[in-house]
Amino acid sequence: MTDAPHVPVARRLLANRMFLATCITCTGLAVCVLAVLIVSIMMDGVHRLSPDFIANFASRKPDQAGIRAPLVGSIWVCTICALTALPVGVGTAIYLEEFAKRGRLTEFIRINISNLSGVPSIVYGIIGLTAFSRFFGWRAGAEPIELGSPDSLLYLRLPFGSSVLAGGLTLALVVLPIVIVASQEAIRAVPNSLRQGALALGSTHWQMVSRLTLPASLPMVMTGAILAMSRAIGEAAPILVLGAPLMVLETPANLMSEFTVLPMQIFNWAGRAKASFQEIAAAAIIVQLAVLMSFNALAIVVRQRLQTPLQ
Amino acid sequence: MAHPAAAEITSAARGTPIPRSSRDRSERVVKSVLLSFSLLSIVTTFSIVAVLGIEAWGFFTGFPDKPGIGLIPFLTGTEWSPLLGGEQKFGVLPLVCGTVLVTVIAGAFALPIGLVTAIFLSEYAPPRLRVVLKSALEVLAGVPTVVYGFFALAVITPALQRVSDAFGTYNALSAGLAVGIMILPIVCSLSEDALRAVPQSLRDGSSALGGTKFDTSVKVVLPAALSGIMASFLLALTRAIGETMIVALAAGGLAQMTMNPASQVQTMTGFIVAIFTGDAQANSVEYASSYAVAATLFLMTLALTLTGSAILRRFREEYE
Amino acid sequence: MTIMSLSETNPTTATVTSPGFPEQSIRAADFDGFYGSFQALKGISLDIPRNQVTAFIGPSGCGKSTFLRWMNRMNDTIVGARASGTLTLDGEDILRRSVDVVDLRRRVGMVFQRPNPFPKSIFDNVAFGPRLHWRHSRQDLEDLVEQSLRSAALWNEVKDRLHASALGLSGGQQQRLCIARAIASGPEVLLMDEPCSALDPKSTASVEDLIRQLRTAYTIVIVTHNMQQASRISDQTAFFFEGSLIEAGQTETLFTNPRSKQTEDYVTGRFG
Repeated sequence: MTDAPHVPVARRLLANRMFLATCITCTGLAVCVLAVLIVSIMMDGVHRLSPDFIANFASRKPDQAGIRAPLVGSIWVCTICALTALPVGVGTAIYLEEFAKRGRLTEFIRINISNLSGVPSIVYGIIGLTAFSRFFGWRAGAEPIELGSPDSLLYLRLPFGSSVLAGGLTLALVVLPIVIVASQEAIRAVPNSLRQGALALGSTHWQMVSRLTLPASLPMVMTGAILAMSRAIGEAAPILVLGAPLMVLETPANLMSEFTVLPMQIFNWAGRAKASFQEIAAAAIIVQLAVLMSFNALAIVVRQRLQTPLQ
Repeated sequence: MAHPAAAEITSAARGTPIPRSSRDRSERVVKSVLLSFSLLSIVTTFSIVAVLGIEAWGFFTGFPDKPGIGLIPFLTGTEWSPLLGGEQKFGVLPLVCGTVLVTVIAGAFALPIGLVTAIFLSEYAPPRLRVVLKSALEVLAGVPTVVYGFFALAVITPALQRVSDAFGTYNALSAGLAVGIMILPIVCSLSEDALRAVPQSLRDGSSALGGTKFDTSVKVVLPAALSGIMASFLLALTRAIGETMIVALAAGGLAQMTMNPASQVQTMTGFIVAIFTGDAQANSVEYASSYAVAATLFLMTLALTLTGSAILRRFREEYE
Repeated sequence: MTIMSLSETNPTTATVTSPGFPEQSIRAADFDGFYGSFQALKGISLDIPRNQVTAFIGPSGCGKSTFLRWMNRMNDTIVGARASGTLTLDGEDILRRSVDVVDLRRRVGMVFQRPNPFPKSIFDNVAFGPRLHWRHSRQDLEDLVEQSLRSAALWNEVKDRLHASALGLSGGQQQRLCIARAIASGPEVLLMDEPCSALDPKSTASVEDLIRQLRTAYTIVIVTHNMQQASRISDQTAFFFEGSLIEAGQTETLFTNPRSKQTEDYVTGRFG
């Protein structure tokens, strides 16, 4: 035995117990914050919820105001975002995981994607404004070029301006890194032995991916996609930069329609001093959170229903 | 035992063979489409750098009809008053100061609480409690930031005002705390991942030497997971710096050099929002200044992300 | 360097009986294999006779699996793997750059160390290969799947649950499914990389039974660590050591009367 004084066991056990107490306090605090958040919003807003609140357009009078335009606008923007970000994101992930040879280009793309995921969404808003709304200043000041008739769903006006298409594409930029990283993880989870098996049967790379890797990783890819979409549907900053109008009194009719989204409407109402606007902001938040919860529930269902073990 | 010969099997396989040429062609097409998809991410980065760079360059060097601000005065100036009718001043430091103040408050709140919660989740919590808490955190992580902004205005600020008269309607502390709540789940779940990646054998080793759970968690597991935890901190701070809607709602609109949490501040993101929701003309100097501010913001977050991924790379090497 | 012939029959008779259909299925001559700068295989010259079971034995890292994986070019998937010398299938060069590896792998099936059924139904597993290479009518495909499963001695066990997940099968069943899957593409050669090493003794016996039956229809090359297994199922045996082929010949001869001292030490269990 050494002669060095040793820490009494009792003191070490005390330290252990005190640390556990700290742990529980911190965790409790985090849970409390969540509880206060939900309860306060509920108390502020729940009495404002009504069928009219969903069905009405925005109004200067809080009692008549509703979220029809932003709710429908969110659905439009989210759909456009999904239709563009998912194929590109999943495609990029497939390329990086299944096709790319290790090299400088691949490494550069990888680093680049991790950096893109750290870029603040408001910066994407500025890029979306410049690239999609204004086409980098192309035809600035001139009348936009029109393609197709305004009655058609696919009516286009170049540049896109503050349209729902520009909004969806901008959000696609925001969520693209998330989709890519989630899909990469999903594809990586497919064991290599399965790839070897497919190649040994004479698959080409694409046959292997389309018939084996992709179907096997689909539940995880879809879970990631749904979570990315729930991020997109909660983004306000990029839409704000694009210049969504403060008051939208119709739902989008085509890709070039003006629009607003739910988080923008919440921002708008929350920033006003009058208490009644605070209340309808809270009511809109409840709707927004309900939408998000259903997204999360969908992700869980997808994960559990479709997830087959891989080995 | 009856056994078909190879010839029989091959004869059963007499479908129409798929020709090599068509198979090779679709292989090539698919590969180039997928490659072009992945190049889109490089195009995005290039656009960000080009758009912010060109506009900020114009702002620094001047437009045909207006003089430039200059890079040095922009980076060192301590006054920011782009919208006032009188003399416009474009020193970015007050905005940086606002961003730093809010981020420091958020970090001071979220990093310790997040880390301790992560340790609890990974080392102490019984599995069922862990699942419940993890899903609560997932809920927090999915809440749109504008909701936290509302929370700051509707709950945190009134509570602060009850404590002290010093707090106005808009103040840095309220915004900072809301940003802290926003990044809490990020710190928590990424730190927890890092802690759980530490091999069980290290824990067993420490326990076998007579370490208490506290000794094991804090003196063995925590140091082993340190780089992953640092990376999670950096990622959370990156999100805090870039956070827009909370500060736009709760921090105020006055750019000033202060570290007083009770005063209102304008952050870089807050200023960009003010420009794009205000009535600044698209070719005005104040409009161009938002690109210079965005470029500064982009470079700050880029530096943090690069540091974070460098740390993570080292972390991976340690365990692979 | 002389080519070690595993074949007992006189080559000239073979040419007479089946012109253009040589007695040797796979032939290697002065074959070298590399991983980067490391030479994993040194000057291998070996003939693998048609419709027989040839076993590769030798201690771990002797190059036997690497050699096997060159026969269907699976080593292409490994960065830095390259080979020189001659390796032919029915007289055609396997190593040529212009070889259609997809067709090569259809003709040379492979079964891996661990059963690797795809996370699909039993039917879809067996139909995977045929669907890659042909367009079948539904009926043809069903017939083909049934035949392949019968050949793999699995049909009676799974015929009532063809559309259940293949992952629900036992280890031995999974491995026989993988053999059925390889057979369904209509290969001439089956490569087996320690196919029983992940199986329990009972499953091993069932797979060994199957291999003995399959030899009438296929040329089989099997890598094994287990010398009893090699002596039980193979007609020919080749002994590898440190990247070189030490000895090859009739299994019985090689085990009872090896020419080389190294072979004798290995088969009698003195090392390895």
